[in-house]
Amino acid sequence: MNFETTIGLEVHVELKTNSKIYSPSPVAYGSDPNANTNVIDWGYPGVLPSLNKGVVRDGIMAGLALHAQITKHMHFDRKNYFYPDNPKAYQITQSETPIAHDGWVEIEVNGKKKKIGIAEMHIEEDAGKNTHTGQYSYVDLNRQGTPLIEIVSKPDIASPEEAVAYLEALRQRIQFTGISDVKMEEGSMRVDTNISVRPFGSDKFGTKTEMKNINSFNYVRNALEFEEKRHQAVILSGGQIVQETRRYDEATKGTVSMRTKEGSDDYRYFPEPDLPPLDVSDDWINEIKEAMPQMPGERREHYVEDLGLTDYDAMVLTQTKEMADFFEAAVADGADAKRVANYLMNDVNSYLNDEHIDLQDTKLTPAHLAGMVKLIDDGTISSKMAKKVFAGIIDGEEPAEFAKAHGLVQISDPAELKPIIDGVLDNNEQSIIDFKNGKDRAVGFLVGQIMKQTRGKANPKIVNQILMKALNER
Amino acid sequence: MAEKLGREAAKHVAELAKLSFTDEELDQFVPQLEDTMHLFDDLQKMDTTGVEPMYSPTQEANVMREDVAVPSGQRDALLANAPETDKGLIKVPAIIDESED
Repeated sequence: MNFETTIGLEVHVELKTNSKIYSPSPVAYGSDPNANTNVIDWGYPGVLPSLNKGVVRDGIMAGLALHAQITKHMHFDRKNYFYPDNPKAYQITQSETPIAHDGWVEIEVNGKKKKIGIAEMHIEEDAGKNTHTGQYSYVDLNRQGTPLIEIVSKPDIASPEEAVAYLEALRQRIQFTGISDVKMEEGSMRVDTNISVRPFGSDKFGTKTEMKNINSFNYVRNALEFEEKRHQAVILSGGQIVQETRRYDEATKGTVSMRTKEGSDDYRYFPEPDLPPLDVSDDWINEIKEAMPQMPGERREHYVEDLGLTDYDAMVLTQTKEMADFFEAAVADGADAKRVANYLMNDVNSYLNDEHIDLQDTKLTPAHLAGMVKLIDDGTISSKMAKKVFAGIIDGEEPAEFAKAHGLVQISDPAELKPIIDGVLDNNEQSIIDFKNGKDRAVGFLVGQIMKQTRGKANPKIVNQILMKALNER
Repeated sequence: MAEKLGREAAKHVAELAKLSFTDEELDQFVPQLEDTMHLFDDLQKMDTTGVEPMYSPTQEANVMREDVAVPSGQRDALLANAPETDKGLIKVPAIIDESED
């Protein structure tokens, strides 16, 4: 029997706003427990939420980045449930009127392009964080009220591979808007999956199983691959898939059933009475569109067509917004695009990999990288010296000053080089004879001697020019 | 909607609201709730063809706050109202199920 797989993904993205979605408490990480909370976050009686304009703006921007339709008239809904990380006993979310709907992202799997539809996007609040030890749990409400965007895919995803490609495309586009860090490992991007399998050509979807909060792209792939095979095996053996929530187990790379309480997901949604409805004007949407940073696709096009980079270079440089912004700033500073690209893709990337840090965590600035590249291009330093200068600029040093302070400056002045070259020629008459007899190797030997005399600081290009002229004159 | 709420449904709703009732209390509350539900039945009879749903009683729309963080500085006062705390965290009986968004 042949099967077809249908996967749906729900992605939660945490926004980097200054304040929470319904209260002015700060959104910040690493603060003392409960330091970023107020009476609204704690759900005190009589408090009222107030909507953060920045969250609505970011939600619209995310919608635009994912080619979605923005909802012009919306309201919020109340989702009721009891849990200690949410003292209000409800979450203010959007159910009936999502901020955006009917979007898409393009993915490419095995050379084949495909559009994956986005059904809807909601803005809502995150809950607090629980930690468990023995017979007690401990609640930190700092995260309570942190703004989230929930992005719900259409059932267009047909394989675990496509699911991961979709997540990567989504992560990249959101990252380029600058509204979220979208880091799975830090929880600013979280993924819930559902999957069903049916015999090929069947007009009814199979029964689906869900998995929540899978925290890496690899785990998403493993978990979905395991579920896909499990569903197929159950159907082949004449069994029935049970609709349930399962959990991915890293150790076995498998999934296990989670105990679920009957009727527990009865959320009794109703329109949120504490927040007035919201109208979004075309003017505002246009304003946000204008302010939106360029998406990776547009940037790649610019790099290839205007700056002469290869498709591969352009792809590497647009992996993150930080890298792309850095590249563009260095080029804007007047440095050669290809050379800047090479430094970013090789020296900088290997440094970041070795140190396990992000570009923004280094002291390297676009101006300093551009400065170093310009020093190479104008002959002030050699590529070899640049290796040493690079070690300085990655620590925040100014390239020209660093090169000077460490004697990493090429001798390019002909007036300084001429006497040295003449001296070498005077002491190596045999080489001059060899040269006149057509032995080109003699030139290499002479250059080597000049380099030795200058302890490697002579500018090879200038040395060559002067040497050839001097040889021909002898 | 004309059907009766019934005892089982009432118990389910109570459970969702984390309320527990004795049989005697249910005997008293179920008919009361059913009476209230009848009022909704009357409302449902109204012809609302072409009427836009009202999501908020206020006519005010687009009330938003600028994205400016204001620390409350009330952490200790807030924690003072928690039954138990430990190192700035709210201490509660062990939670077994993981939360959902």
